[in-house]
Amino acid sequence: MSVMTPYRSGLSAGRDGFGQLLHAEWTKFRTVRGWIIGLVIGLVAMAGLGLFTAGSASSSCQASGGPVRSGAACGLGFALGPAGEPVSDSFYFVRQPLTGNGTITVRLTSMTGLLPPSTPPANQSSNAPLDTRPGVEPWAKAGIIIKSGLTDGSPYAAMMVAADHGVRMQWNYTGDTPGLPGAVGPKNPRWLRLTRSGDVITGYDSADGTHWTKVGAVTLSGLPRVVQAGLFAASPVDLQSQYCSGYCNGPGGPTQATGVFDHLSAPGRVWTGGYVGAAYASGVGSYRQAGGGFSVTGSGDIAPIPVGHGGGADPAITVSEYLLGTFAGLIALGVVAALFITAEYRRSLIRVTFAASPRRGRVLAAKAVVVAAVSFVVGAVAAAFAVLVGTAITHARGYYAAPVSTATEVKVIIGTGLFAAVAAAGALAVGAITRRGAAAVTIVIVALAVPVFLAISRAVPGGAGDWLLRVTPAAGISLQQAYPQYQQVVSTVYSPLNGYYPLSWWAGLLVLCAWAAVALGVAAYLLRRRDA
Amino acid sequence: MTEAVVSARDSWGAWGAWAGLPDALHAEWTKLRTLASTWWLLLAAAALTVAVGAAVAATYQCSGGPAACAPAVTGADPAKISLTGVYLGQVIVALLAVLAVGGEYGTGMIRVTLAATPRRLTMLAAKMAVVTGWTLAASVVAVAGSLLAGWLILPGRGLSAANGYVVPSLANGADLRAFGGSVLYLVLIALLALGVTTAVRDSAVAIGLVLGLLYLFPIVSAVIPSHTWSRHLEQIAPMTAGLYIEATVGLAALPLTPWQGLGVLALWAVGALLLGAAVLRLRDA
Repeated sequence: MSVMTPYRSGLSAGRDGFGQLLHAEWTKFRTVRGWIIGLVIGLVAMAGLGLFTAGSASSSCQASGGPVRSGAACGLGFALGPAGEPVSDSFYFVRQPLTGNGTITVRLTSMTGLLPPSTPPANQSSNAPLDTRPGVEPWAKAGIIIKSGLTDGSPYAAMMVAADHGVRMQWNYTGDTPGLPGAVGPKNPRWLRLTRSGDVITGYDSADGTHWTKVGAVTLSGLPRVVQAGLFAASPVDLQSQYCSGYCNGPGGPTQATGVFDHLSAPGRVWTGGYVGAAYASGVGSYRQAGGGFSVTGSGDIAPIPVGHGGGADPAITVSEYLLGTFAGLIALGVVAALFITAEYRRSLIRVTFAASPRRGRVLAAKAVVVAAVSFVVGAVAAAFAVLVGTAITHARGYYAAPVSTATEVKVIIGTGLFAAVAAAGALAVGAITRRGAAAVTIVIVALAVPVFLAISRAVPGGAGDWLLRVTPAAGISLQQAYPQYQQVVSTVYSPLNGYYPLSWWAGLLVLCAWAAVALGVAAYLLRRRDA
Repeated sequence: MTEAVVSARDSWGAWGAWAGLPDALHAEWTKLRTLASTWWLLLAAAALTVAVGAAVAATYQCSGGPAACAPAVTGADPAKISLTGVYLGQVIVALLAVLAVGGEYGTGMIRVTLAATPRRLTMLAAKMAVVTGWTLAASVVAVAGSLLAGWLILPGRGLSAANGYVVPSLANGADLRAFGGSVLYLVLIALLALGVTTAVRDSAVAIGLVLGLLYLFPIVSAVIPSHTWSRHLEQIAPMTAGLYIEATVGLAALPLTPWQGLGVLALWAVGALLLGAAVLRLRDA
């Protein structure tokens, strides 16, 4: 009677950790020439289109009677704020010099205004007086301001009432803090106060002139000893077409606002009235002083100008334009990521893969890590190249690049990498689900690029386009938004076409990740359920 | 018996090179007809086009009366709104054409096909004819459905004859061009996709290239800061230029006339098919 000894291989058992799996998948990935070519195509398309943008930018201008000039010779056509950003700085200013520290206080009792006609004027020639109707633009402003000087774009801090947005303290064009809510009227007056102490300007508001609330304190560094202080009124151009939605380009036009003030207290007694900045609205602006009261009428705006096509700062070249090639890169990466698994099905290599590593979910995870890592590198490197070299080219050609902080540049570059990484992992999952390359690539492109096309080409109404960029995987594009959308500025420039997206960067990333997670989950489930 | 067949073929004379065309046509027709995916894709192309067109038409709203909703104010193009679904329907049409060729390369079936029809251009011509036929059928249904949806929905959304609009119908020339031209557009998209796939011989890469060609041009031309370049890109973009055929208002503002635009797409399709034919002739399968 003999004892049967079970066969034991003389080879020692190899490790089968996740690291080995990753190594195997990485080896498969890097040794297929077509996929590396695909990556290079993606990288070159992404970076190259950005440079094409920077190199092809052109603009021309002609002063009346002068020669046609182009490019840098045109100048900017808009003012630059303290941070170098495009700003509009035009308003009617009733001012006096304020030397050293001091306080200015006023009561605002009413705000009225004029709006453009609600229907298009019949045969209106461009220089005929505008047919107007009473009404106040929602962001028309009247109040008190302390400004370092009268040059366009100089630093300031102001306390004001915005017609539909209550009391605000605003400073240096982009700063905006709300104070007392509600509209202003004779029965509902607003008291406003600005105090200068060194470089710090503090704003207060009050409903009755006795109980004051501090709205904010801001530091305007480098404020000269003598500044200009006084009353102002401004009212931005109307863009709204109240009666229609969808494909509308209804009438809009210049507006004006009138603020009625009393109880004005300031160190000096002599007031001077006049426009500050270029009056881009049809020139209205005046003030009347009667007894202790003032009535100030003005149009224009003190606010940032959004950068993008069709806005006041149109020639400014933006980061969104450098990132133009993103979708070319994403399509290439999507094709490679989908093929990374569908090619295994086509060649039946998948059976060998699963024989070597029977835990199919882990194979999928390893593949996802490999394509995501590669895509992150491609996306981030291409974005870094496009943004940094693109900005350098723009500067070298003498054009104006709308400024962004280094932190924003880093956010956009890392964001593009993340967008590419998560999108590629999702494309891989779709490939695992369909097991057919063409179907997977079609789904990925329809999910990523088509919503962006529909939103920016205005092929669908604006509202529907915004929703597409909220709910589809294309929401990931929010990671590329480089310029903030200011709520105190109403502008048609704020659209996906110009790189302003409906979701914040983290919400967009979350939506994209949710889609990728669902796809990966379904793929893992199907891999386990289905025969290879 | 065999001799009889051969002599029948010889009677094609100068057309001898195309003698196998009827058989090849029959073979390609059978191959495509017997794939379940063909029927699903055709159904999806028509359904998606009509559904998206109807949804966008239903979202449209102008309720301000004749003055506020006048064509000069809204700039709305009822035919183009009705045909919004073509933006998505073309994806399915392109996929169908890609699979008609790419599927054979994927499975190796192409070698059997070429063994049966050694004249490769005859095979390509047969595929073109069959794909054209299928696409034509799906496109006519898709476009007719879109026309019907626009005709039913748009007048109730403010784009009515009372407000000065031409309600979509085939009775006027501009609409006939827009809707008839859209059918041609979809057929040309299918032929473009067929040519690209024959050239690259891989379905996934081919559909990536075709959809990239279609959608990247308009994204780039919309965002690029140079107006000159933007206009040039629109003139050469297969989708943007091709879809000028859908415009019934504001023709003067287009960089090309509608038929020139469709001609640009036709050039792309011809170019892709020539490239595909060259690759098919010169390379081993």
